[in-house]
Amino acid sequence: MITVGQSKARRLALHAGHTAGLAVFMVFAMFPLFWLVKISLTPNNLLYSEGITLWPSSITWDNYQFALLGSRFPRFFLNSVVVSLSSAAIVTLVAAAGGYAFSRFRFAGKVPIMFVMLLTQMVPLVMLIAPIFKIMSPLGLTNSLTGLIIVYTAFNVPFATFLMQSFFDGIPRELEDAAMIDGCTRLTALRRVIFPLTLPGMGATLGFVFTAAWSELLFALMLINSDDKMTFPVGMLTFVTKFSVDFGQMMAAGVLALIPACIFFAFIQRYLIQGLTAGAVKG
Amino acid sequence: MAEVTVRDVYKAYGAVRVLRGVSIDMHDGEFVVLVGPSGCGKSTLLRMIAGLEEINSGDILIGDRVVNDVAPKDRDIAMVFQSYALYPHMTVASNMGFSLEIRRKATDLITAAVGRAAGTLGLGDLLARFPRELSGGQRQRVAMGRAIVRQPQVFLFDEPLSNLDAKLRVQMRTEIKALHQDMGTTAIYVTHDQVEAMTMADRIVVMNEGVIQQIGHPLEVYDRPANQFVASFIGSPGMNFLEGTARQTADTSWVEMVDGTKLPAPRTDAEEGQTVIYGVRPEALTIDEEARSGLIARVDVTEPTGLSTLVFSRVADSITCAFTMDRLDLTRGQPIGLVPDVARVHLFDQASGVRL
Ligand SMILES: Nc1ncnc2c1ncn2[C@@H]1O[C@H](COP(=O)(O)OP(=O)(O)OP(=O)(O)O)[C@@H](O)[C@H]1O
Ligand SMILES: [Mg+2]
Repeated sequence: MITVGQSKARRLALHAGHTAGLAVFMVFAMFPLFWLVKISLTPNNLLYSEGITLWPSSITWDNYQFALLGSRFPRFFLNSVVVSLSSAAIVTLVAAAGGYAFSRFRFAGKVPIMFVMLLTQMVPLVMLIAPIFKIMSPLGLTNSLTGLIIVYTAFNVPFATFLMQSFFDGIPRELEDAAMIDGCTRLTALRRVIFPLTLPGMGATLGFVFTAAWSELLFALMLINSDDKMTFPVGMLTFVTKFSVDFGQMMAAGVLALIPACIFFAFIQRYLIQGLTAGAVKG
Repeated sequence: MAEVTVRDVYKAYGAVRVLRGVSIDMHDGEFVVLVGPSGCGKSTLLRMIAGLEEINSGDILIGDRVVNDVAPKDRDIAMVFQSYALYPHMTVASNMGFSLEIRRKATDLITAAVGRAAGTLGLGDLLARFPRELSGGQRQRVAMGRAIVRQPQVFLFDEPLSNLDAKLRVQMRTEIKALHQDMGTTAIYVTHDQVEAMTMADRIVVMNEGVIQQIGHPLEVYDRPANQFVASFIGSPGMNFLEGTARQTADTSWVEMVDGTKLPAPRTDAEEGQTVIYGVRPEALTIDEEARSGLIARVDVTEPTGLSTLVFSRVADSITCAFTMDRLDLTRGQPIGLVPDVARVHLFDQASGVRL
């Protein structure tokens, strides 16, 4: 029984270590968020006078009120939603189609195409700003949300395609074979059998592209110059003026900007749960 | 129900030639087992019959229709996969009814068909479950159920039992055989397990390296193997092979072993002095405990199973297996005589492996 006791103690210790590790990580990851919320609620006059405290002596909603009613923030927010959702949707559709082809078909030029797609991921984006501006400008795509959607789609498709390909690779081919024997065409098999099983993958891709587009600053900054086309990250910069940085309002806007991302993930989270293909093959 | 004809079919993946001129005539209602070692092309052939794999040349007919370019869904076949390939997001009932649903059959008709199949297979209580909630054996049954619900012209099985434990495998083997006898549908069954092949088949097709070695009734293949490959592949424990030289006079023939022992041999068209392989199954060897006759060997190990005993003994450098129902008291290293039953001895050409 001593060995059993020992192993139990060991298990407990392991469990405690595990939990402690996670806790440290959580604190590390969540602290900036906490700080964001804290500052957004701190009245301006207390911001510098109280020194560094975990919680201000009094809180205010003024910053939120200003961000929502007194600034252009709602406009930026809407622009961001349009751009991020559209990019995410388009990328996911394109990547799903491409990933399926890469996963299931052999065709001429497959390897070169994959190589080129990989190559695009190796170029630092900064180097592309000038050429992209040059291309987009005569097409009237600068200072336009459509232009931004195109750029985000182009940049995210390669990675998303590889992501989707790996999801399709994880679905046994025999499921399609079985479906085709059961009476499906390749397309029906795709719709009735493969598609429902790839929902987690699509959710992941959607979430990935959405967050990337939601927080993208570089291209939004370079391609957009009028107030009514700004996305939220660019808009955040308007809180920084030549003379001061209005931290309280900026943080309030930041907190508000987190909300759609949270809602979005809450929505796709159930598609992200693994194990949907469990039970397909073998035992 | 239909006959299936495979006519001179070739298949290559790039430079790898997987099937090299395969022809089989499967009769209506027959249970044909394709058997052969791993990688010999059994699954490929089955998938070609199913329409999941393209044919490089040759024809495949189901009934009297050439189906080379017919989509799998239009071939009226059903297939049970080794991995079962159940749809993970559908319940057992939907899995089984899927083929009918795709064909837009009425709901009550589907329910009835699924209910019948579930009854046959004892799946009645599991219809609402998902595949992940089933044991391996239950999944296997669902896969079977999905195949029989539709009453296809031909059943295709690709090693459907290889993921089950030994006991369940034996049980399912019997059930599948019984099911086939009830339904009378042509069935093509792939396995690399020669016991499955022997017990289930109306006819066995033995394949090796993309070439058919022999087609015949199980016992015919067992008793008169076409070549050394078939002889070694079919039967467990396997046939013993000893190298020797064919000798004959006007009225007797024998094979002279390297050590000079003369073993009686059947009359064949082996030429005098030809190097041959002397093949004899374990049960065709009688053990002479006094070592006064036959091929002299030294006992290596004995494996009693209760019913019978396998005696492994050493002749020169090779191990020979003998099967006996007697309870012999043998010790390791003891010399024994192995006396072959000449009526059940096969001679194979040493170079080509063909039976003489
Ligand atoms: N898609 C493919 N591309 C290239 N080679 C393949 C492909 N599919 C099968 N092969 C090759 O074809 C040969 C026959 O494969 P097959 O699956 O028919 O074997 P099998 O007899 O079913 O073996 P097992 O008993 O292991 O299932 C193998 O050598 C295999 O490597
Ligand atoms: Mg196989």
